[in-house]
Amino acid sequence: MPFIEMTALKKSFGSTQVVRDFELSLGKGEFVSLLGPSGCGKTTVLRMVAGFETPDVGDIRIEGESVLRHRASQRHIGMVFQSYALFPNLTVAENVAFGLKVARAAVAETRHRVDEMLEMVGLGAMRDRYPYQLSGGQQQRVALARAIAPRPRVLLLDEPLSALDAKIRAALRSEIRTIQRQLGITTLFVTHDQEEALSMSDRIVVMNGGKAEQIGPPEAIYNRPGTRFVAEFIGSLNVIEGQIVAGDSTHLVFSGGRLDLLPNFAGLAGQSVAVAIRPQSLRFCAEEQALMRGVVRNIEFLGAFSRVHVSCGSANLLVDGFARDLSTNVTVGSPIGLTVRSDEILHLFDNK
Amino acid sequence: MPPLPAKRPQASFSVWLGVVPFFAFAMVFLILPTLHVVLGAFTRPDGGVTGDNLAGLLAGTILSALWVSLRISLWTAFLGCIAGLLVAGAITHGGLPRGIRDSITTFSGVASNFAGVPLAFAFIATLGRLGFITVLARDWLGINIYATGFNLTSFSGLTLAYLYFQIPLMVLIITPALEGLRTEWREAAESLGASGPQYWRMVALPVLWPSLLGAFALLFANAFGAVATAMALTGSALSILPIILFAQIRGDVLQDPHLGYAIAFAMIVLTGLSNLIYIRLRVRSERWQK
Amino acid sequence: MIGKRFWSWTIFALAALYFLLPLVGMLEFSLRARRGAYSLDAYRNVLNDAQFHQTLGYSLILSMSTVVLGLLIVAPTAFWVQLKIPRIRPLVEFITLLPLVIPPIVIAFGYIRLYNTSSVLPLTGSARGTDLLLTAGYATLSLPYMYRAIDTGLRAIDIRTLTEAAQSLGAGWMTVLTRVVLPNISVAILSGSFLTFAIVIGEYVLAALLDRPAFGPYMVWMGSNRAYEPAALAVISFGLTWAAMAAIQFLARRGHHSVKV
Repeated sequence: MPFIEMTALKKSFGSTQVVRDFELSLGKGEFVSLLGPSGCGKTTVLRMVAGFETPDVGDIRIEGESVLRHRASQRHIGMVFQSYALFPNLTVAENVAFGLKVARAAVAETRHRVDEMLEMVGLGAMRDRYPYQLSGGQQQRVALARAIAPRPRVLLLDEPLSALDAKIRAALRSEIRTIQRQLGITTLFVTHDQEEALSMSDRIVVMNGGKAEQIGPPEAIYNRPGTRFVAEFIGSLNVIEGQIVAGDSTHLVFSGGRLDLLPNFAGLAGQSVAVAIRPQSLRFCAEEQALMRGVVRNIEFLGAFSRVHVSCGSANLLVDGFARDLSTNVTVGSPIGLTVRSDEILHLFDNK
Repeated sequence: MPPLPAKRPQASFSVWLGVVPFFAFAMVFLILPTLHVVLGAFTRPDGGVTGDNLAGLLAGTILSALWVSLRISLWTAFLGCIAGLLVAGAITHGGLPRGIRDSITTFSGVASNFAGVPLAFAFIATLGRLGFITVLARDWLGINIYATGFNLTSFSGLTLAYLYFQIPLMVLIITPALEGLRTEWREAAESLGASGPQYWRMVALPVLWPSLLGAFALLFANAFGAVATAMALTGSALSILPIILFAQIRGDVLQDPHLGYAIAFAMIVLTGLSNLIYIRLRVRSERWQK
Repeated sequence: MIGKRFWSWTIFALAALYFLLPLVGMLEFSLRARRGAYSLDAYRNVLNDAQFHQTLGYSLILSMSTVVLGLLIVAPTAFWVQLKIPRIRPLVEFITLLPLVIPPIVIAFGYIRLYNTSSVLPLTGSARGTDLLLTAGYATLSLPYMYRAIDTGLRAIDIRTLTEAAQSLGAGWMTVLTRVVLPNISVAILSGSFLTFAIVIGEYVLAALLDRPAFGPYMVWMGSNRAYEPAALAVISFGLTWAAMAAIQFLARRGHHSVKV
């Protein structure tokens, strides 16, 4: 039995439907991210789990029991907000103790738990400070400690890192994940940043227009995007659109040349299809024997590897390679041939 | 703002010339007259220094007027705070339509400036012995509101009239503070298991507290310094401190000019103190609402 | 959720009742001058009263001179302080807030004692002198509003950069003031002016203590001598306040920079 189960969720605000036919199950201890552009409905899903919004249709069950008739305060769910939302009138320790105090926990136990939590987020020395005396990263750590202190069944994180600057964001990212693993707490994480989702999650739900476009582990989302939207949102994949031509072998023909496809595309002969190729799957080769030909437009040196921008017909392709593998004839302006293994070409569907 | 780049040294004198008119004006028409009154409170008619004038405040008519003034200012500040808070709460967090909200804000701007003589007339026309409501209650409901002990020229009447500018003032100054109460605080409290009342007791009220106390102090000062409304409403039936001072300035009814100074000084101290409290507390609540 | 809405509407209804009834009462009372029928007699009496015209006219002139005097004192100061000596801004701000702390009656008391016929500056000795003193007094009372309106207006447009830009293009001081600064803060200036107007037009204490024939003392005199005319005066006065406030709202919405007063 899944730990959290959402079935057929629908929610509209006025005449706009923000969540439609949303289904998702989380196992106990799982870390699942809801990833998508703003307005895709991810925050609304989170807020329905928290109890701040009520779905128009559908059900949300935690441990097999529907939570819809419970108020937010009765659901035993911890939540961390993008804006920290620390209580400004309370010290760090008082903020963390809030949930325990409300639950009328014993004073000694509360104290012990607060110490434990502050230790966990590395802010033991700050216990008597007020929120306005802390940096953004510290405030968000306190918010995390506060959410976890009353031992909630579920942890909800609503873009907790978006308001922080890049360096702190990366540090806090791994910190949150470590704490979550230690405690084994089931977590739902909302973000619009694919890097965050990819690096932290057990599974990712890519959302678009109130629906789940694809659900899967990070490597599946990254390497095998199921739809065109996912491929484009995760970015850094080359999307090529063309016509399928089937004969002895199956090809995709486009303005920059053609691609050899696996035989399973044969059934689509004559149709227009979009495929995706990872930048590191493309290889340079001698121009005369290549199926695709293009011109090098720009070379970005990115440390461990270089990224080469090639215009190939009407498509602009990215090719990643280690600097030492790039032959000397790859220079800006030079014509170049490209090749790719057929099993590294991904078929993209348009999700209606 | 970055510091000014160093200018030629002789320029500094002409720079200061630019603010001379303002300081001269403030000196002549604000600071000197006030200082004169303050010093007067501590001098005898012959010029010697004394504390007798202030001691004179604590006797007879002046003391009872001071007492009435304090009571009416505290009472209308208190009621104004509560009622203003309710109205501001209804327009900020109560789900009223946008249009109602805007009209209440605009009306508050007008009503908080609609003090003084016309306000008194409006209340006489409404609740005086021949007023609109008095007559309505008598003819339609058979109730004589003056038989219930109510009297427009008494403490209760003055309170009712003062609230007409106190409540709008409260709405104007507390609305920003209520807007500063973030929805996330409420949601965070709820997700931590707090009920509505628990959220108010543990978070919202403590956060609002400095603003509320500050507003109270401002409303107190506002009522304490008001003269025209009371004079037009009650004539001299109800003697509050500013009315005594008014009569004293006009005709030296206390037969001791320096007692007048002492009353004026007491008024400055009371309104000054409460304004100081207001400013200090406002700074504190702004710190929280970053 | 429905509970919250219900209470909000209840509060709104009670507040509306409390705030509208005196206005209705005032209006109704002002129409009752003729026995047994509603009429505009009270208004007719007021409008036919020469004193009404004299005092209202006097107060109008007074409020306009106050606006001019207040602007002359405040606008250049606020501009200069922000541009040249920002470090004394707290002091200037403090002084402009003092009139909220010192009750008007105390200020009037100080004037009478300090500027009487036997003093160095015997302003109360002549009618013209007293008018001047009254104008200065009103300008003092309006300092907090006037300064805040103009200071906010100046801050909204980053006056320093604008001035430097104009000067770098070869503009002199007069050009800077009249072509750059004033047009940009005209909304702020007008807002401050209307607020001053609303304060001055019906003011009683200062005018009464300095014994000038202004609209405020006239209203009080009517109040103790007539029955229905005071209500008519209150309606007229309320209308004037409304007009001034509506003008401010209108300007604030139409202006490029919203000005808080």
